[in-house]
Amino acid sequence: MVAKAGTRLESALRARGDLKLVAYMMAGHPTAKRSIDVGKRLAGSGIAALEIGIPHSDPLADGPVIQRAGQVALEHGMTVSGALDVAKAVGAEGVPVVLMTYINPVLSYDPRKFSAEAAQAGVAGVIVPDLPIEEAEPVTGWLRSAALDTIFMVAPTTPPDRITAVCSHSSGFVYCVTVTGITGARKELPEGMPALLKEVKKRTSLPVAAGFGISRQEHMKALRGHADAAVVGSAIVDEIERGGDGVALVRELLKACR
Amino acid sequence: MSRAALTHPVDGRFGAFGGQYVPETLMSALHELEDMWHEAKADPQFQLELAGHRRAFIGRPTPLYAATRLSEHFGGTRIHFKREDLCHTGAHKLNNAVGQALLALRMGKKRIIAETGAGQHGVAAATVCARFGLDCTVYMGTEDMRRQSMNVRRMKLLGAQVVEVTSGSKTLKDATTEAIRDWVTNVRTTHYIIGSAVGPHPYPEMVRDLQRVIGDEAREQYLSLDGKLPDVVVACVGGGSNAIGIFTAFIDDRDVALVGVEAAGKGIKTGEHAASLVGGRPGVLHGSYSYVLQNGDGQILPTHSISAGLDYPGVGPEHAFLRDIERVEYVAVTDKDALAAFKLCTRLEGIMPALEPAHAIHHAGVIARELGPGGSILVCLSGRGDKDMDSVDGG
Repeated sequence: MVAKAGTRLESALRARGDLKLVAYMMAGHPTAKRSIDVGKRLAGSGIAALEIGIPHSDPLADGPVIQRAGQVALEHGMTVSGALDVAKAVGAEGVPVVLMTYINPVLSYDPRKFSAEAAQAGVAGVIVPDLPIEEAEPVTGWLRSAALDTIFMVAPTTPPDRITAVCSHSSGFVYCVTVTGITGARKELPEGMPALLKEVKKRTSLPVAAGFGISRQEHMKALRGHADAAVVGSAIVDEIERGGDGVALVRELLKACR
Repeated sequence: MSRAALTHPVDGRFGAFGGQYVPETLMSALHELEDMWHEAKADPQFQLELAGHRRAFIGRPTPLYAATRLSEHFGGTRIHFKREDLCHTGAHKLNNAVGQALLALRMGKKRIIAETGAGQHGVAAATVCARFGLDCTVYMGTEDMRRQSMNVRRMKLLGAQVVEVTSGSKTLKDATTEAIRDWVTNVRTTHYIIGSAVGPHPYPEMVRDLQRVIGDEAREQYLSLDGKLPDVVVACVGGGSNAIGIFTAFIDDRDVALVGVEAAGKGIKTGEHAASLVGGRPGVLHGSYSYVLQNGDGQILPTHSISAGLDYPGVGPEHAFLRDIERVEYVAVTDKDALAAFKLCTRLEGIMPALEPAHAIHHAGVIARELGPGGSILVCLSGRGDKDMDSVDGG
């Protein structure tokens, strides 16, 4: 890949002796209005970027917490277009927004239109967990032509030469799935996690974010020095489900990042 | 178009349909599965072993049966059944489960997971796990557990753990989603036996290859019986495994019309149906691109069918391709008509079909009335109807 000036996400997520934190929330959870409110508060909590989920009826990569949040959001009428509005309102606070969605809502919306409108809403990048690199085109072509970063995932089951390919398809950052499994807070991260992150770091100059299962201060400490950023999802969504906003959790976790 | 061009997926696709839309965690397992399947398929030892289990365990070849009283009832067209209801465990599902269990053994995977709707695939998976000493977990929606309680009891007796799925519409779609989530988590130790010709590549191709024995046998049996082929082959389509199994042998026989029958539920116009090819549009569900019942925003819609085995918002990608190239015609039959065909077949032939193939039997009647005497129809009788007693009594 030709070296180029870093994108907004690249500079936001690159660790500089610390560990950056990326928070996840679901658009429309529990309602559109509340999720904009929560997103704005998270935006000001010290996070490096905010992932906003677009709900899907059949989220193959998600655990029960995010699945439930998506269900509630759909029941309250959240749509792809509504999620783009949430992204725009929250992104206006200055935090880089990454959309996380499944491929079918994007295909149904039309990838070209989705890319253009996401860019217009100020979105920085897109993650589609059920879009492996083999199926990436033509969707990522449209995303790139709208100047959006395309973030692909490396999993613990990804063989070394494939890690290289995933990294070369990615821009903004590389998402390293730390557990063999679906999203959701775990007590402990797997032993092989530092080795996997090392393999990924070796193959890319992009920042590497670790995600899935991360929810505690000790996870942050374990990741610091190995990953550029940590993504915290289910633990925050769980707080939002209980009527909170996840800001206190983010602040507590950030203490372990510096 | 040659058979090879029609039926061999290029890069995991049948035309535009198919693919591998799954989380990265599963990609290396899918690659391994594809390699292992192609290796096993070409291995005479594997084929010999499979043939042995088909004969002695499944009970193949299954007979071709002349449904003479139904033929007479429908105006004289000759109707034959391919008797997959006589397979061990009562449906064609075992053809696939046996093959995939042998493959799991070859891959050294000792844990099997499966999804089930009507319970027939769950029973088939539990059966092969008992037979080959594998650990078995079956995902089944609450709603299906209620209407197919006998199959739940069978699976438990066979030693399987049946996990109740309470999310979404609590039927086959949600059971499949749960099974895939389990696979993402336990992929290193677990083989997922998908029950239909759906899911990411190589599943649609592999399930087709394991089910095509239905059509290969039927074609030969029909030729030796009649000296010629039937005018029409009819099969029901949920995910579409029995249909692709019987159609594949006839794809190159251009004079043989192929008809797939989906579940129209309470009627296509009511929206309460499960006819993906008739009433859906292309999209991604459970790892492949095919016809899907979805709303305008790409969310998968709840479905309805009296038959749990057809109650699914997607369909195998090869059917999507066969629809678009117009090699197979796809139609839909309502709950009411399927129920009437169930009763008619039971009373006239002494054969109680499952509610799934009852949809195909109804449509065979429609075609028979068009063809009149001199016509000939082959119906895939994919399973027996004991499991449906409660639904039929209620209807």
